[in-house]
Amino acid sequence: MNSSAAIELVNITKTFGSVIANKNVSLTVNKGEILSILGENGSGKTTLMNMISGIYFPDDGKIFIDGEEVVISSPHDAFKYKIGMIHQHFKLVDIFTATENIILGNEDGGKYNPKKAVEKVREICELYGFEIDPTKKIYNMAVSEKQTVEIIKVLYRGADILILDEPTAVLTPQETEKLFNILRKMRDAGKAIIIITHKLNEVLELSDKVAVLRKGEYIGTVNTSETNESELTEMMVGKKISLNIERSTPIDPEDRLIVDGIDCKNREGVKLLDNVSFTARSGEILGIAGIAGSGQRELLEAIAGLQHLETGKILYNNPKTGNTDDLKDKTPLQIRELGVRLSFVPEDRLGMGLVGNMDIAENMMLRSYRKGKSLFLERKSPRDLAEHIISDLEVITPGVTTPVRRLSGGNIQKVLVGREIASAPTVLMAAYPVRGLDINSSYTIYNLLNQQKEKGVAVIFVGEDLDVLTELCDRIMVICGGKITGIVDGRTTTKEEIGLLMTNSHGGENSEQN
Amino acid sequence: MDIISNLITQTLGYSSTLLFGSTGEIITEKSGNLNLGTPGIMSIGGVCGVVGAYFYTISVPEIVPIISVLITLLSTILGSLLSTLIYSFLTITLRANQNVTGLALTTFGVGLANFIGGIINNKAEGSSGISAFPEIATIYQTKLPFAEKLGFIGKAFLSSGFMTYLAIIIAILTAIVIKRTRVGLNLRAVGENPATADAAGINVNRYKYCATCLGGVISGLGGLHFVMQYLSGGWNKSAVEQFGWLSVALVIFAVWRPLLGILGSVLFGALYVIPFSIPNLAPKNQQLLELLPYVVTIIVLTISSMRKKREQQPPESLGTTYFREER
Amino acid sequence: MSKTNSGIAKEPLIHFTKRDDITGFKSVLWHGVGLLAGLIVCAVFIMLFTGLNPIEVYVKMFQGTFGGEVTRLKAIHHTAILLAISLAVTPAFKMKFWNIGAEGQVLIGALAAAYCMLQFGDTMEEPLLILTMFLTCMVAGMIWAMIPAIFKAIWNTNETLFTLMMNYVAITLVSYFIMVKDRSGRSDLGILNERTGYGYLPKLFGQDYLLNIAVVILITVLIFVYLKFSKQGYEIAVVGESQNTAKYIGINVKKVIIRTMAISGAICGIVGLMLVAGSPTPSLKEDIVGGMGFTAILVSWMAKFNPIIMVFVSALVVFLGDGGASATDALKIDSSVGEVLTAIIIFFIIGCEFFTRYKINFRKRQKGE
Repeated sequence: MNSSAAIELVNITKTFGSVIANKNVSLTVNKGEILSILGENGSGKTTLMNMISGIYFPDDGKIFIDGEEVVISSPHDAFKYKIGMIHQHFKLVDIFTATENIILGNEDGGKYNPKKAVEKVREICELYGFEIDPTKKIYNMAVSEKQTVEIIKVLYRGADILILDEPTAVLTPQETEKLFNILRKMRDAGKAIIIITHKLNEVLELSDKVAVLRKGEYIGTVNTSETNESELTEMMVGKKISLNIERSTPIDPEDRLIVDGIDCKNREGVKLLDNVSFTARSGEILGIAGIAGSGQRELLEAIAGLQHLETGKILYNNPKTGNTDDLKDKTPLQIRELGVRLSFVPEDRLGMGLVGNMDIAENMMLRSYRKGKSLFLERKSPRDLAEHIISDLEVITPGVTTPVRRLSGGNIQKVLVGREIASAPTVLMAAYPVRGLDINSSYTIYNLLNQQKEKGVAVIFVGEDLDVLTELCDRIMVICGGKITGIVDGRTTTKEEIGLLMTNSHGGENSEQN
Repeated sequence: MDIISNLITQTLGYSSTLLFGSTGEIITEKSGNLNLGTPGIMSIGGVCGVVGAYFYTISVPEIVPIISVLITLLSTILGSLLSTLIYSFLTITLRANQNVTGLALTTFGVGLANFIGGIINNKAEGSSGISAFPEIATIYQTKLPFAEKLGFIGKAFLSSGFMTYLAIIIAILTAIVIKRTRVGLNLRAVGENPATADAAGINVNRYKYCATCLGGVISGLGGLHFVMQYLSGGWNKSAVEQFGWLSVALVIFAVWRPLLGILGSVLFGALYVIPFSIPNLAPKNQQLLELLPYVVTIIVLTISSMRKKREQQPPESLGTTYFREER
Repeated sequence: MSKTNSGIAKEPLIHFTKRDDITGFKSVLWHGVGLLAGLIVCAVFIMLFTGLNPIEVYVKMFQGTFGGEVTRLKAIHHTAILLAISLAVTPAFKMKFWNIGAEGQVLIGALAAAYCMLQFGDTMEEPLLILTMFLTCMVAGMIWAMIPAIFKAIWNTNETLFTLMMNYVAITLVSYFIMVKDRSGRSDLGILNERTGYGYLPKLFGQDYLLNIAVVILITVLIFVYLKFSKQGYEIAVVGESQNTAKYIGINVKKVIIRTMAISGAICGIVGLMLVAGSPTPSLKEDIVGGMGFTAILVSWMAKFNPIIMVFVSALVVFLGDGGASATDALKIDSSVGEVLTAIIIFFIIGCEFFTRYKINFRKRQKGE
């Protein structure tokens, strides 16, 4: 055992039901070192870290802190060993102030004294250059402020081992740079830092060592100075793959959906969509790129009739009748009744697109149950459709009567996409359709989207992986802070160009290039 | 003047039962558990006081006031604690549905109270068939010693039994603990967002157990107060259940603040007392006025749901069970 | 959950993990174990107070309900009424609308029935009177249930407490009605239309209660079909599972909430009619529903919202309730013991559900199963 090892994991295994989240994972982090944990979505990074911070308990394996075997069965134990975790989904109580959240659960420090705590928080802020009002309520805060609170919380407790779960996903480049500087300061102060990410550039920029996970398995650890992007990618995805997604030339594109100047506000009056205008064409895949939470969800929901819009128009050119209808402020049912064949694969598959406790056939009915005048359900055709999708898309399931909740992520998505394209749409919207899917399932989805495109469907694809976007889409629209910052040609654009637009908060200059 | 001071004293009497009930329920709900078993717990609390009184009376020749009070208090505390534990174990450890478990506990508690109360009544010597312990009840109803000397204030506000003041003290203490201590902060965090509290190293289950049990015991005292104040220390199929439900409603009225709970309980108590105090009011109209507490609750409930102010909403995780490894 | 002594490195003694839901045989087995344990505790409870041995207890309970020649019809009728209220609350529950106001909805139906009997008894022809009563009761129950539903739909007002308060409003209104109509000053209306027999529901085959039982059988079939095969039943299931999904596919969630509660209320209103006019001795009292509105919620939940299982659960609850009361006859206490026994069984069944959803791992990795 290395004497300078702050934390060491040996053969950690964790399963959820029949899903293996981590299998025989072993890692070491030394004091004064930054370790990146790299892996695709669903590779088990977060599960692993949750075991270190006491949220989950491993089924098998050992954890050593400072060379001694320990059992971390609750977050309380984790604090005892000076482990602090900054979760991707912030663990903050909304109606508490920043300080109340920071001192929450912190037992040492004698008498309960919120005023003194506020002072101490101010001191930490000054030390690291955080800008935050310690008495501000969390529900009034922006995302980056919330993250700052999370980091101060860990520092306040005097953690020696810090774990950050995808901390940069919600940050601007400047904020990211600031964060990295703070992390470097902490490393120099002798703390051990683990950062979970799937952004290679950050890994190379920040960390000393990189550990790679793939589908729950530990692949290996390399020193950052001795590696490069392609080696890491190879470790991450298994073998070097160029995506090779086929892309055909759009045939006779027509304007199918014209979105004109729509605005959308949340309950607090913050603009989620700000003067968004674009056109989706038939026989074309329009990609939407942007940092998570930039308004993608609201945009798709607005088109689907699920968001109230302040201003603007959503015009649909009906290829059958030749009419143009405005979909603004129409309910999903009214949109359907207009004869608009709009399909929508939402981001939240089991929370919105499907009903987890219902079987595949019953989930097929979600779209079709209204058909006919009868008061009663027609069960045969949904069942046929279910069987059809199971065989066509190779859905792995014990049968049509298994609740979809018990299928794996990829199979759930096949069921959802299968249903949505079964209604022969003219517009197909898909939000993060390959998130959490393995490579094979992802390709199935890409192929399905391409088939729809070739059938003349206007496809809108919200993605996060820029490689996929640039290989799959005909045009890519970039959204940032609810504004469209650019629409670029998918064939000629570069990842750098899109990346720049994604962080361009000024926006405005709609560079329509087609 | 006497009529008014009398009215106030009567109001405080009913208020105390409600205040015990609602303070207990507030503590419970602050931990994220909605306990619809409160009416049952209050019934059991009440009947256990009767049981304590019964066994004490038959085992000693002469009643010592302080010991009789201690024994009835202890038996109430024990009874309500044990019945609450059923709820706590099922909802916290076994993660059962809180609504169903609570309703079952009310069914259980009310049934058990009537059953045990019936058995004790059967053993009664009295002609009414209801056995009561007026000697002990009198001790509970004793006014504060200096009340008479303080004129109107004393007559109106200090002429209740000690349980009334205990209820107010408990409510104030609860408010202080919730608002101004680390335990209160932790408790609120558990009720708002148990995953966050858990990640912060707070033992969520321990807080939930302590809050539901303490809450149950305090609610149970409300049952005891009712028995001693209005039933002369005996039991009959009584309004305790109804007061239990009103206590649950009062929590909403008080927007989960014990101090507002004091105000609310006085208001509810007054609404309960006023119909009987208006002279020359026909009984049927009296009956109609009894609608007031319920109608007022409904109005408050709807108004607070319309306003949607962040600080006035129920604890966010109220009614849901928490399992750390939930995916 | 997991306990550790600080500083000592050891695994937690017991540690729960979630597992895929057990279905089929194993689930039935666990529920059976829970039921059995509950029945044993119930027997012990009665033994403590009566000195009977467990076998005797259950023999007596059976004789006091479905086994006795005199008591059988009454027990079946009681089962039918409880079943009807359970069916009434089920659609709303499936939608995760916590209506605990069935007590009040039935009572308001009963009030409507009594009102019609007294008010129109001597002015209307019998068939017209019965039809009027039927419609009035149904509408009364419907309105009583729709008020909280409308508030829930528009302002998301907490339906549990709203419906609860509506119970007490209904009780108070009934007390008021009794006082207004009663001329004897005893706060008791006695048997309604005792001399004239106006507004009594007809007897089927000359048997008391048989019509009520037939109506409940019809309601059972209708609700079963409605929930399982109708489009509206499907909408209820979707809304109950996920309101987001419901909105996504264009279901008007507010409409479904209000419509479903209207159906719940209508059935409750009909039960009110049966309780008053369907009895050989119609009367109106504040406690005519006798807590069945609450028990029905537990019945519906224990039957997992399945109308067919509900028949058996209702019968079990009546067996425990009425049977428990008759087994403790000697103690001369009224029927409260039934509630206690029912609650004990429910506690055990709720408890055993845990084992169908979670796996228990003991230290040293012995297999949980």
